Amino acid sequence: MDTKKYVIRQISIFSENRPGRLAAIAHALGEEKINILAFSIAEANGFGVVRALVDHPEKAHDKLLSMGFNIAFTDVIAVRMKDQPGGLYEVAKILGDSGINIEYSYAYSGKEGAVLILRVDLVEDAIKKIQNSGATLLERSVFH
Amino acid sequence: MFWDKKIETLKTDDLQALQLKRLKKTIAQAQKVGFFKKRLSDAGITASSIKTLDDIRKIPFTKKQDLREGYPFGFFAVPLKEIVRIHTTSGTTGKPTVVGYTKKDLDVWADLIARNMTMIGVGKEDIFQNMVNYGMFTGGLGFHYGAEKIGMTVIPGSTGNTKRQIEMIRDFGVTTIHCTPSYAMHLSEVAEEMGESLDSLKTGIFGAEPWSESVRHTLEKRLGVTAYDSYGLSELFGPGVAFECREREGLHIWHDSYLVEIIDPNTGERVSDGERGELVVTPLVKEAMPLLRYRTGDVTMLMEDGCLCKRAKKITRITGRCDDMLVIRGINVFPSQIEHVLLKIPEVGNQFMVYIDRINHLDEMTVEVEINRAFFSGELTDLARIQKKVGKELRDALELRTTVRLVEPGSLPRFEGKAKRVIDRREEI
Ligand SMILES: [Zn+2]
Repeated sequence: MDTKKYVIRQISIFSENRPGRLAAIAHALGEEKINILAFSIAEANGFGVVRALVDHPEKAHDKLLSMGFNIAFTDVIAVRMKDQPGGLYEVAKILGDSGINIEYSYAYSGKEGAVLILRVDLVEDAIKKIQNSGATLLERSVFH
Repeated sequence: MFWDKKIETLKTDDLQALQLKRLKKTIAQAQKVGFFKKRLSDAGITASSIKTLDDIRKIPFTKKQDLREGYPFGFFAVPLKEIVRIHTTSGTTGKPTVVGYTKKDLDVWADLIARNMTMIGVGKEDIFQNMVNYGMFTGGLGFHYGAEKIGMTVIPGSTGNTKRQIEMIRDFGVTTIHCTPSYAMHLSEVAEEMGESLDSLKTGIFGAEPWSESVRHTLEKRLGVTAYDSYGLSELFGPGVAFECREREGLHIWHDSYLVEIIDPNTGERVSDGERGELVVTPLVKEAMPLLRYRTGDVTMLMEDGCLCKRAKKITRITGRCDDMLVIRGINVFPSQIEHVLLKIPEVGNQFMVYIDRINHLDEMTVEVEINRAFFSGELTDLARIQKKVGKELRDALELRTTVRLVEPGSLPRFEGKAKRVIDRREEI
């Protein structure tokens, strides 16, 4: 099975928790006509990581890097959520039963319902398990 | 290599005889300053009460605050028409300190710089870019005239416009540079961004702020130079007071020109060789502005061992200022110790800022460091691990708990003059 087409490139940006950083990122991407499809912010003691799915990750990477941001690519996968209660539990259980660790996740509402973005430790295994369970994975081409 | 071999290698007896002669002359010169005249007469001292070098202990110390109170010309021992140059040093509060030079002072000063430069083996063949402030700061003109004296090709680069400085180094084939260690670090970063390797550089002279051995290694690696520590103080002419020789194990202080004492800053008593304390200097060759037992505020010690180069007793590299020394929860901390710790951790940059607060009557120290680009994985957990590591290393070195804040690369201030890395926000008790 070709699992690669389900691996999505998320950009992760180091950001201090100070006003204006998120706005600066959003503004810079807007200027380059890059669409932000989904994003989340994770915070720790005084700093955070902004995670975003964009339509042109390389372009976003270069732009933010040129502005001095500390930025890295992270591989994630996207699962279409069933529009019914318990959808999240189902995905979590499939992965948990297979010993795959979810490092973090965030959701966004796509054109055809809710989508769950997952960062897991074993990306390839996770893709296989989720597909075998009958859930729908979104292909990379949906995003970029 | 010697500039003045005879005087640089005087035997102890001859040196002490010369020092005593010059000390008497200096006291006589100081008598021409109202402040010293009164000080000495209050202490019951005349030129004839100084029979041995040890008798200097009868003379009261002079402090920077005394000099400030003489603003502007209260410490000049010669009429203003004999003064050919004025420099000032900025104080953190209030008025600057004014220092004046006669023509002879400038000659003597340039001669001391010439000794230092010759000692490290640079000379006529070298092209020297002097990247410190050429204004009121003594480092610019001080080095300039000393370098010209030994026949170097001098480029008065002064400060600012780092890209231009780098282009000049490249285009003119500069072999020797002088700047602050912070600026050297900045220079190396900008050179790297520009893709310049600065292959012509051989010698780096760094001074005006304390810097650690780890900074030396970093600068030598990044700039391809052999790095030498330079020490000076405007009140003692400026740079050139003490300098590392090629051994680079401590600094030779010019004993024929500066009488050195190391004291316990709290009691004022002398400490033995090999014991750390405050450097107190009586300059022996100053005409316009003689000083007696001047408290430098710098922390060092006289080294017990001699030097392979046969010059006289060395002092160790300055490890901090008596007044830069932070007392945090009763523990003495020098900002240089923090720098030392950070240099050992590749995940973070070398720049830092320290903030001290008093929260619920307890001192709290916060250290800001830049995350190193190459170590950013995109994962929050990795960042947290780096933060924890820095905190642990600092705690081990300082025996203090600190809060570590990770900040974006390039976001901390770069200093082109004296670095102000510590911000003490504690209220006075
Ligand atoms: Zn030596």
